Amino acid sequence: MAVEMLAYIDRKSPIHQLTGVSKLICFIVWSSAAMLTYDTRILAFLFIFSIVIFIVSKIKVSEVSFVLIFILVFLFINNLAIYLFSPQEGVKIYGSSHVLIEIAGRYDVTIEQIFYQCNVTLKYFAVIPVALLFIVTTHPSEFAASLNKIGVSYRISYAVALALRYIPDVQRDFRTIALSQQARGIDMSKKEKLPIRIKNAASIIFPLILSSLDKIETISNAMELRGFGKGNKRTWYSARPFQTGDYVTLVVFGIIFVTAMVVTFHDGNRFYNPFES
Amino acid sequence: MLKRNQLSIRTIVAIGIGAAVFIILAKFAAIPSPVPNTSIQTSYAFLALMAVVFGPIAGGLIGLIGHALNDAISYGSVWWSWVVVSMIVGLLIGLASKKIDIESGIFNTKKIITFNVVQVIAQGIGWFLIAPALDILIYAEPANKVFLQGLFAGVSNMVTVGVIGTLLLAGYAKTRSRSNSLTREL
Repeated sequence: MAVEMLAYIDRKSPIHQLTGVSKLICFIVWSSAAMLTYDTRILAFLFIFSIVIFIVSKIKVSEVSFVLIFILVFLFINNLAIYLFSPQEGVKIYGSSHVLIEIAGRYDVTIEQIFYQCNVTLKYFAVIPVALLFIVTTHPSEFAASLNKIGVSYRISYAVALALRYIPDVQRDFRTIALSQQARGIDMSKKEKLPIRIKNAASIIFPLILSSLDKIETISNAMELRGFGKGNKRTWYSARPFQTGDYVTLVVFGIIFVTAMVVTFHDGNRFYNPFES
Repeated sequence: MLKRNQLSIRTIVAIGIGAAVFIILAKFAAIPSPVPNTSIQTSYAFLALMAVVFGPIAGGLIGLIGHALNDAISYGSVWWSWVVVSMIVGLLIGLASKKIDIESGIFNTKKIITFNVVQVIAQGIGWFLIAPALDILIYAEPANKVFLQGLFAGVSNMVTVGVIGTLLLAGYAKTRSRSNSLTREL
């Protein structure tokens, strides 16, 4: 049951030294840029730049490889599905058709389709390094503090902090319950028939939910006793003040975002069309 | 003094713990289904339970935070189009919490039907309309592919929430003490 999860990796690097707030803002700016644009030149630039940032952060690829493999498999299946369902999507978008390999009718391989699917893949690739870095270089409690700083209400930020704090606890509870139920002969795997499997799953989930509801009572009482929610603001132990590096990073990311948007939308179309002469 | 429109402490904690449980269920408590490479997600049944018990705001935020954090820690990137759907499903099911009133300890046939009608409508809106629409808008993926994906996810989640969600709610209702449940010994 040891499923690996991404977690904070402590290291000394310029990326780690940035405050959580600026990393959060950069992450949001970056994902929105990659989400909005479909311009190949911008996506390629974003991808290369994110690789550079990744190298600067001193995080090793082997430390995140289990996630990378999963993403690659996902992207492969996704691309296959896109081709299966809509082999002429590229032709529709770019308005021209250069057949490369003839297969049968609508499944002819066109350069436009290949180009379109490369763009879809690139769109994911442009975000993945930055998203991974954001997760492994930001300390969970600093993350909650950052959410509050960019304008999320501190009550909701605190809920996020609680969630991150209690994931290991709930996982341990789940494991204990699952093992003790299995010891009683309750099976959730493929060996059991489906209706029984569902009933058995419920018998593991139910104790977990009840113990979590108990936890909610205990924690909310403890918070109430300590006067949580009295003031309009709240200070965070792990919040750090801005330094020169933060300002520089934010300005650079701002410039990248604006440039990306201008280049993408100046001709009124979010796709870059190399087939148009 | 606490203002009326602010979240109560209990709701905040419910959101936090709820999101943590949502993540654990999504990662570990998926039941293998007869269709190869797919599994039945029990986390949405839990989301429905929390939405009914703690209301629409808690339901929506558990969906949002739980799904976003789960995507982030297990895949390294967040599929916002589907995260938004989890939020909306939690929110919409939560709107029925007053009507179902699970704290009364009564969860009869009428309430079971109400719950299932609401969850089917909520998930229908989420998985059949919003998820494909956002996929097309953000990722410009082919329409028929994303609608089929949404259809598959939607139907399997409706069945899961319908079966496991109802079981969970019935079990939860049993732990609440009803009013007038005491009888006088003679």
